[in-house]
Amino acid sequence: MTLVRATGVILSKELRTEFRSRELLVTTAVFVLIVVVLFSFTFNPTSSESRRFGPGLLWLAFLFAGSLMLQSSFLREQTNDTLAALRLAPIDPFSILAGKMAANFLFLLLVEVILLPVFAVLYNVAILPVLTPLLLVLTLGTIGLAATGTVFSAVAAQARLRELLLPLLLLPVLAPVLIASTEATIGILRDPPELSLVWLTFLACFDVVFLTAAWMVGEYLLEE
Amino acid sequence: MATEAQSQTASSAAISVPSIALVFLLLAAASYGALIWAPTENTMGLVQRIFYFHVSSAWSGFVSFILVFIGSVAYLRTRALKWDWLSVASAEVGVAFFTIVLVTGPIWAKPVWGIWWTWDARLTSSFLLWVLFVSYLVLRTLVEEPERRALVSAVFGIFATLDIPLVYFSIWWFRTQHPQPVIGDGGKLDSRMGWVLLLCWAATLGVMTVLIRLRYRLEALRAEVDSYRMEASRDA
Repeated sequence: MTLVRATGVILSKELRTEFRSRELLVTTAVFVLIVVVLFSFTFNPTSSESRRFGPGLLWLAFLFAGSLMLQSSFLREQTNDTLAALRLAPIDPFSILAGKMAANFLFLLLVEVILLPVFAVLYNVAILPVLTPLLLVLTLGTIGLAATGTVFSAVAAQARLRELLLPLLLLPVLAPVLIASTEATIGILRDPPELSLVWLTFLACFDVVFLTAAWMVGEYLLEE
Repeated sequence: MATEAQSQTASSAAISVPSIALVFLLLAAASYGALIWAPTENTMGLVQRIFYFHVSSAWSGFVSFILVFIGSVAYLRTRALKWDWLSVASAEVGVAFFTIVLVTGPIWAKPVWGIWWTWDARLTSSFLLWVLFVSYLVLRTLVEEPERRALVSAVFGIFATLDIPLVYFSIWWFRTQHPQPVIGDGGKLDSRMGWVLLLCWAATLGVMTVLIRLRYRLEALRAEVDSYRMEASRDA
């Protein structure tokens, strides 16, 4: 089976598992909502201020959400030791990681897209006119988040205190993503909106670096 | 010099007396250079002298983190635990050096800038770098089995070192778009200052090498003890 097809099969398995219960998506969405609401207490969310602070808070909420949501990516497999079964399959071991990455990317992006209008309403930011560049930033940032997060989820699944460990590993590594996505989003929400090519290129570089790194270490990570 | 019996065990990594003496000599020379020989900086005065150790510790810290990367990649390639020992030794020494950087920096900043800390690009990225490798060390404490621990920490070590340039670029671009703190402009550098800085770097590199070797040896001895313990529990 080719890498792409195997990845597709793993991806569809992940999607099927999740959409049977939708528990991960619902929980994460509610979590982001809580964080966004709680952030509003830390400063006065008037429109001019929210343009400056809003994007950072939103991305921080996404990062926190990701570091919690991605836990289950590999923990789910532990209950019935299904990862061992996946490993037995005659496929490239990287396709397991890639499939999970793609699934996590879609889950996170879905949560983000659902919460974007809520954020826009709560923080009084007009997002409709700049939806396309905003989605581009969301996509690039979320690829980085999903790529590193999925790998670290596999790392943390093998340690004690894994619930605490994953944010500890993930958040400092994702600091560049936080900076770049926040700055790009601030630029887009500015009046008139400007698309910062520097930050978009930076996000793309981050994604390429860590997708490549994941591809290089993937097969080692999943071995018994 | 290692004796015949020692060289058969992990303790062959022990360091010789001359090399330690050399490092102490270098440290003494560097201290003399930094504290007495180098001219006093005009605007900042004596407190500027801390910079020789501050900057050289940062550079040696970077070298240690590069060694973590090398050890991690080599471990994944060869699966020889000695590379993992190199990684953990280098990570701990690197964190120690960056702790020195983060402590000496504010000591300098308080009299010169009037504040202990500012979220300037270099300060922020050094702090983040320190946090990254502290996370690495925390991860190591949470995995019991040596091979597992070596594997997952190698993966995280690679990701953390790959992150270093990204952290620096992003924070640098981020901060240059924002108001800059006033950084004391050193003006023209006296050539003696440059030489002292290099000497300090040589000294800290020496300390780094000694510490890494000692830590490596400790890790090797630990692994040896563990293997004996496992053997004993198998026999029992």
